[in-house]
Amino acid sequence: MTGITAYGAYIPRLRLSRLAIYQAMGWFAPALIMVAQGERSMCNFDEDSLTMAVAAARDCLTGMDKRAVDAAYLCSTTLPFADRQNAGVMTTALNLRDDILTADITSSQRAGTTGLIAALDAVRAGSRKQVLLTATDKRLTKPAYFYEMWFGDGAASLLVGDEDVIAEFLGSYSVTHDFVDHYRGADRHYDYMWEERWVREEGYAKFIPQAVQGLLKKLDLTMKDVGKLVFPCLFKAEHRTIAKGLGASPGQLMDNMHDVCGETGAAHPLLMLTAVLEAAKPGDLVVVAGFGQGCDALAFRVTENITKLPPRRGFQGALADKRTTDNYMKFLKFRDLIQPEMGIRAEAPTQTAMTALWRNRRMLTGLVGGKCRSCGTPQFPKQDYCVNPACCAHQSQDDYEFADVPAQILSFTGDLLAVSVDPPAVYGTVQFTGGGRFLADFTDCDAQEVRVGLPVKMAFRRRFTDSERGFAGYFWKAIPQQPASEEAAAGKEVK
Amino acid sequence: MMATGIKDKVAILGMGCTRFGERWDVGAEELMVEAFQECLADAGLERKDIQAAWLGHCLEEVGMGKCAAPMGVALRLPHIGITRVENYCATGTEAFRGAVYGVASGAYDICLAMGVEKLKDTGYGGLPNPGSGFGSLTWQWFPNASAPGLFAQIATAYAANYGIADKDLKRALAHISAKSHANGALNPKAHLRRPVTIDQILASPIIAYPLGLFDCCGVSDGAACAIVTTPEIARQLGKKDLVSVKAIQLSVSSGYEGAFNEWQGDNFYTAGKCSLAAYKEAGIINPREEISMLELHDCFSITELVTYEDLHISERGNAWRDVLDGFYDRDGKIPAQIDGGLKCFGHPIGASGLRMIYEMYLQLSGRAGERQLANPRYGLTHNLGGFPHQNVCAITILGGDK
Repeated sequence: MTGITAYGAYIPRLRLSRLAIYQAMGWFAPALIMVAQGERSMCNFDEDSLTMAVAAARDCLTGMDKRAVDAAYLCSTTLPFADRQNAGVMTTALNLRDDILTADITSSQRAGTTGLIAALDAVRAGSRKQVLLTATDKRLTKPAYFYEMWFGDGAASLLVGDEDVIAEFLGSYSVTHDFVDHYRGADRHYDYMWEERWVREEGYAKFIPQAVQGLLKKLDLTMKDVGKLVFPCLFKAEHRTIAKGLGASPGQLMDNMHDVCGETGAAHPLLMLTAVLEAAKPGDLVVVAGFGQGCDALAFRVTENITKLPPRRGFQGALADKRTTDNYMKFLKFRDLIQPEMGIRAEAPTQTAMTALWRNRRMLTGLVGGKCRSCGTPQFPKQDYCVNPACCAHQSQDDYEFADVPAQILSFTGDLLAVSVDPPAVYGTVQFTGGGRFLADFTDCDAQEVRVGLPVKMAFRRRFTDSERGFAGYFWKAIPQQPASEEAAAGKEVK
Repeated sequence: MMATGIKDKVAILGMGCTRFGERWDVGAEELMVEAFQECLADAGLERKDIQAAWLGHCLEEVGMGKCAAPMGVALRLPHIGITRVENYCATGTEAFRGAVYGVASGAYDICLAMGVEKLKDTGYGGLPNPGSGFGSLTWQWFPNASAPGLFAQIATAYAANYGIADKDLKRALAHISAKSHANGALNPKAHLRRPVTIDQILASPIIAYPLGLFDCCGVSDGAACAIVTTPEIARQLGKKDLVSVKAIQLSVSSGYEGAFNEWQGDNFYTAGKCSLAAYKEAGIINPREEISMLELHDCFSITELVTYEDLHISERGNAWRDVLDGFYDRDGKIPAQIDGGLKCFGHPIGASGLRMIYEMYLQLSGRAGERQLANPRYGLTHNLGGFPHQNVCAITILGGDK
């Protein structure tokens, strides 16, 4: 049996109240009020499609044997590198094996579902045992645009295999049309969008039914057999109308998550799918479709194994872990859409030595340190001599992954002098349970909430952006974990 | 083999120190000349008498560039051996150490130690942001940090580990800065010469929590230098009231603090070790009773506070009480930062170690003017370069000859 064996999700902690966009720019674009409901997810300044992909994939691999993964596909239209395989950065961050197949699948909002079909086909054909399929997007728009309202940032990850399958793959059906509802030239930052009425009526309303009906016919099923129908559609009314036209009741249709998150590009059908799987029962039939220059449709039957999947934060966990802001200027700055003065201090050199990055890739990208075979001390970074002054053994350390080790804050500050996109720069020494420590940047936190002794979790984040050379540097940061009661008391509001 | 230490093997023949501050009018080269002129006159020598020299210069990217040659050229030293040293904020003391060891080894009779820094050519306040110049690996993972933020780590850990209320710690830190401002006001060469009140300090804006503006030292231009020789030669040259080197010690992190699991983040482990080695070298048994005065590396008020403990003068967790009791004030048991310290004299990094020695030299030879203390016996200088978890500590102890 081939199918999905695990799922994971990531939605950035920050959510922007859509009303804040309208309040700032309604004078310019009054029609924004029509879609100014709820909130959209927004990346922190140190997040991008790659960091979100790593977060979703870590969630997916919770409790799974990641050394058994033998291919990893990364699907997105907003990857940070046009030529440096982004999937390879992801697999290094995840500490997957080196002898695996990796690929970026891109250039269409359909990349996520297309990648999933490719992964399932590879396993079904017997050429791969376990494929990690991750889809992610952080789509840029100019300010004060409907699409700025509609879009959200997020990622989803699925593990595909032929053992312990939680959702059996029944089949897929695709249609491809060179339908240019929008496009982004290779040298451009922003999409160019054609009229929404045409996109709705000639695009979504035709291609999604073509693919879904084609799939049902191929599998000899009808909409009555379907438990959940999953497909993204920016337009809420059209979403329901398409479903109705396919014979799906409102109860069968998975919500497009406009109110809570926004549409997460290539990740969206899979993010919606993870939400469905999280609530699914054995026997449920799920049909998922991805739209973009045509449409992919896939069908899955949930199995008994879903009850045995190791617990994970998942979609609901990611959705609930949020800080809502109405600070639209912060959203603009985080996406580099405004350029406030950063001062001469920010002009420091930012060149990365690729040789040093390559030598130290497991340390920098994978947060791998060492554990001494002589004295048992975990340490970061891994160096030739053990750091324990009573040991100092030579080349005695085995690789030791710190990313998932619990840790807490030993010291900290909120630094208003250091250059930061979101001052103060918060950082401090992080002590790992069982041993190991280092001075780390903190993220996704307010300086006022940080205290000595607070637990932290590590996250793969963008450490710097070298805009002169078009490079992005990544490392790991600590996210302080507020006790649940204080989180509630804090009201989850940030400015 | 049995090393005998540096005690009383080398004496200071002369010293010079520029006015520290925002010296818009001069570069590092002119600053060195200013200090050198005073030093030569004080020593009663000519430049041809100097047989070897050590230059301490830390941030070459905004100063004179690498190498010792810029000093040879600026001072017109006649093709003698000059070594450039750099060890963060211990740079000046390193230059002194080189010159002192040069004499003590018997290789030379008369050596020069120069420390200089030109910081106000960056275009912004604070120390330069090194960016990827920080090292090809370090840059890729070290936090986006400033010096105040790195040293503020000590304050948050100290308050948490000793259960000290924020306001008590802030008050002790304010007392430290107020004391240094009062001292600096008496020093014509100091960068900052305006006394400030505790209330002004407590009301100053936060730079890196919990440190405010007045918890941070001045970023200054300046140079200081010393000419050293043996006590015998000094006496032959007619020098009276010799100031002699009693100890020079360094301690450098091993990774223990930053990557092992024991250090609590609320002290400087190197300073604890370095001070014991220095006391041993100088023959000091009880520093709280025997040391007369301190010039500590008060880059930040919290650095000075925990250094009192690291020097084994205040008990662990109690320095803040000694501070509030006035123990380290000008009229206290062990006056600290009599010349204003880094806080007010200023902190041109490569010059700072030699600036501290300069004050001890003046005090011990009874030439400190308005700031003169009564009958000082031992003066201790202390530099701390780097970060709380990975640093260089340098300590010298100076005293009268025998």
